Amino acid sequence: MNYRGPFRIRADRNRPVPQIEHPYDAIVRVTRSLICGSDLHLYHGMVPDTRVGMTFGHEFTGIVEEIGSGVQKLKVGDHVLVPFNIACGTCPFCKQELYGNCHESNPEATAVGGFFGYAHISGGYDGGQAEYVRVPFADVSPTVIPAGLDIEDAVLLTDVVPTGYQAAEMGGIQKGDTVVVFGAGPVGIMAARCAWLFGAGRVIVIDHIDYRLEFVKKYAFCEAYNFREIDDPVLFLKKQTDWLGADVCIDAVGCEAAGSAMQTITGKKMLLQAGTTTALHWAINSVKKGGIVSVVGVYGPPFNLVPMGSIMNKGITLRANQASVKRLLPKLIDHVMAGRLNPKGIISHRIPLEEISEAYHIFSAKRDNCIKPLLIPPRAAMA
Amino acid sequence: MENVKTEPEKIAGIDREIADTSKDHIPGWGIDADPENDPTYPMKHRTGADYERLNYEKPPQQPVKIEILHSVERPGITRVFGTSTPPSGVSGMIRRWAYKYSEATTAHWMGLIFADRVNAVEGIVDDFKKGTIPNLFKERGWSAEWKYNRQGFIRSAVTGLLVTTAVIAFCTSKRK
Repeated sequence: MNYRGPFRIRADRNRPVPQIEHPYDAIVRVTRSLICGSDLHLYHGMVPDTRVGMTFGHEFTGIVEEIGSGVQKLKVGDHVLVPFNIACGTCPFCKQELYGNCHESNPEATAVGGFFGYAHISGGYDGGQAEYVRVPFADVSPTVIPAGLDIEDAVLLTDVVPTGYQAAEMGGIQKGDTVVVFGAGPVGIMAARCAWLFGAGRVIVIDHIDYRLEFVKKYAFCEAYNFREIDDPVLFLKKQTDWLGADVCIDAVGCEAAGSAMQTITGKKMLLQAGTTTALHWAINSVKKGGIVSVVGVYGPPFNLVPMGSIMNKGITLRANQASVKRLLPKLIDHVMAGRLNPKGIISHRIPLEEISEAYHIFSAKRDNCIKPLLIPPRAAMA
Repeated sequence: MENVKTEPEKIAGIDREIADTSKDHIPGWGIDADPENDPTYPMKHRTGADYERLNYEKPPQQPVKIEILHSVERPGITRVFGTSTPPSGVSGMIRRWAYKYSEATTAHWMGLIFADRVNAVEGIVDDFKKGTIPNLFKERGWSAEWKYNRQGFIRSAVTGLLVTTAVIAFCTSKRK
């Protein structure tokens, strides 16, 4: 794929095959990739330093075609799932399992680690919505897909499942807690599903897309409400929680949340703040005093308007991070293999990579009841 | 993975030098420290590695063959980096300017957003230079809109056409 500017994606057959640039690199031939909700922020031109000519995509699996001289664990022919974080494994942050905050993979920004296919503020790496990808630090995060693990489950373990799981984990959910998830996109759906693993007593999802609410109700065994039908979601949630507020609120929306004209105008139309914070506002205002707000929704720099006074006065614990995929993988692979999680159940569309422009439009405009589009490169389709 | 030490033993040490000095003169220093009070758990498995600062063993440096801009909030580039789309043209000039400012500044981020918009125009010019006419219908995925939301697509197209016609008519009549 070839990004040409906001809302413009081109399927480009003339992209060069990436080369080994570093002794710890591998070149991977992509077998499956996904479009992430956060790719849509790039597609919509919301993320600074998104350069024309980039290839997006940070969720992919592939077969190792070539390895650098320093790679010792992976070998040519291995079929791997590649976590979206690029992690060196040796910096102070990686050593403490903050693999999403690596200090040696992103020269352009200190606020975030390196990611595949996510603008230059994440390191300027081309991503996995392609036939071939250069994978740095190949011995650290890429993981050989275990026998018996479906490739479609594997590709969802590169981001969506760990991010949804970590959203629930950061909520510090205790048995019996009421958990509210804002956003019924793929990550919100997964966060709602994972909240039960921590012993939630009640899980409520808030969104405004009816087909997604219907989906999440069945997939994640939860309650789901359309905020356009309940007028004030904060008041609704207070009433739903005996007027105290939820124990845990999860923001799984990020910078393109709907629901507030003021936020939409200042955040999306005029770019006076880094997107809209409507979901985060609702999370902060809907959680109980002393409650926990977990943020996995993506927000761009430089700043957003948030109700800081409520965070302080209510004694809210705010927890946030990019998912540390490598840390979570062993546990999540076990959950999937044991049937406790069914990631591939959220894939709604399987689309050839050559039709990537249409795939982005379908996902962005939420056409054809799209939940999660999977891209299949031509060579993988033939295999 | 074998790590190769390529940095001097101690790059900077002022922070640790100050932090490691004796605190005996401060009454009660550390008396209420509680290692269990760690709101970062389980995301972070605290090992004290933070206190190494930049004196950790680093992987080899990726050779720099293209221009890489880096945040002024770090002393240099990282051991690996992406090689996609180095800065070029007018947008590249704007990006170089933006990277002179820290990540805490509006100039940095708004400069980069502005560069992105300029870059989109450069992309179109570049296409024409190479003899490629951008196919907006294809690039914007409108065939999917035609397939799944035909009525909406027609409505938007007709509205756009009417507004454009009205604007042209208004401008033309003013000139007369």
